[in-house]
Amino acid sequence: MLADALAFLADGSNWVGPTGILVRLWQHLGYSALAVLIGAVLAIPVGLLIGHTGRGEGFVVGIANTVRALPSLGLMTLLVLLMGTGLLPPIIALVALAIPPLLAGAYSGVSNVDRATVDAARSFGMTENQVLMRVEVPNAAPLLVGGVRGATLQVVSTATIAAFVNLGGLGRYIFDGLAVRDYGRVMVGALLVTLLALALDALLARAVRASRPGAGLNRVRDSRVLAEIDRRAQV
Amino acid sequence: MSDLWAVRNIDVVLELLREHIYLSLVPTVLGLLLALPIGLAVREHRRARALVVTGAAIAFTIPSLALLVIVPAIIGTSIIDPINLVIALTVYSVSLQVRTVLESLDAVSPQVLEAATAVGFSGTKRTVLVDLPLTIPVLAAGTRVVAVTNVALVSVGAVLGVGALGELFTRGYQRDYPEQILTGIVMIMLLAAVYDRAIALIGRALTPWTRADGGGRRRMARLAKQTGLGQLEEDVDAR
Repeated sequence: MLADALAFLADGSNWVGPTGILVRLWQHLGYSALAVLIGAVLAIPVGLLIGHTGRGEGFVVGIANTVRALPSLGLMTLLVLLMGTGLLPPIIALVALAIPPLLAGAYSGVSNVDRATVDAARSFGMTENQVLMRVEVPNAAPLLVGGVRGATLQVVSTATIAAFVNLGGLGRYIFDGLAVRDYGRVMVGALLVTLLALALDALLARAVRASRPGAGLNRVRDSRVLAEIDRRAQV
Repeated sequence: MSDLWAVRNIDVVLELLREHIYLSLVPTVLGLLLALPIGLAVREHRRARALVVTGAAIAFTIPSLALLVIVPAIIGTSIIDPINLVIALTVYSVSLQVRTVLESLDAVSPQVLEAATAVGFSGTKRTVLVDLPLTIPVLAAGTRVVAVTNVALVSVGAVLGVGALGELFTRGYQRDYPEQILTGIVMIMLLAAVYDRAIALIGRALTPWTRADGGGRRRMARLAKQTGLGQLEEDVDAR
């Protein structure tokens, strides 16, 4: 089984063409990106607002608990029967999976920002909007990106099941293989989707680290600024 | 009522429910039973601990359907053997629980442990009588998450023919019968809700000291009397 799978992967002709690995990989990434993007547009503003105002925390917990129990395969098959085949039903099911981690990341990121920092920002005369966008969001970045990481992992894993309702993606190898009892091909799908999940997770773990305030892209590099900070912030 | 698919096919639904309970409960229990000794064994060793935490994170990253296919290839079972599902879900459960065990052990206050050592608890005795009971609230919360996740994940096995209630999804999909699928979704979410409440209640029952109700206070009073502290308290009160 494993040997068959490795032989399949080693054969360059299996990587190209309209049903080749590269196309399946691209489809898988496409569905996942679309679902995480829609989920982010829906969930992140709500999460930021809940974190900023401190109102509606029960809502975040409630959504997370409900969706954790929601079987994606059931939601996908039900939506296909009700709405017909196409991209929409699986994408809706994937968006449902992406929302709780994104919501929780945005909410916990903002609500965990040091209250003294937020109060200091207000005392400078920042408007609520400025407090949120210039103080809370940058400080919440690691947890916010962590939410994107969690959502991506869930969605990439579950997008495999989307092939059951006649979509493309890496799940195709698993379902096509099962249909003709070609377990080598099933293994190809399992290995590829595992590698993709591990690679994306490692990449996003780096993004979480890079998003820490004062790290990565946000790092202050100008030595004069650093010296000035040291001079003013002597303890 | 009798028009409902679930009512007309109650035998099928109950049989699938029984199977679903077995397939979700066994990994949840095994996950906890395996994670506890692993967590306790590595918590004082930085290298082993880092290794276990990383391994758990990687295991949890493997997509469920992929793991369901990889497990039989490794242990040599048939791809439609339910044991694959039990093993795959146990792997996830252990991965999630090991972190919970380590975090909950870290959260036990050092003062409490010093006090326990000071009154004569040592080694294993302290671990069993002091450390572990104090981790119960966090562990119960972790176990709730794991149990609910397992209930939902069992249904993924349906695409391989071993998904218990999840088979209502594949069968309903093939027959173009939405009500059958809806039955499966509702049953799974109900089962998850039952697990969630049940584990929360067990966690509460095991930690009487976390609430100041009559039961806990009575127990404390009895303990105080047994240890002779009750007399001391009365003396203090009298003064």
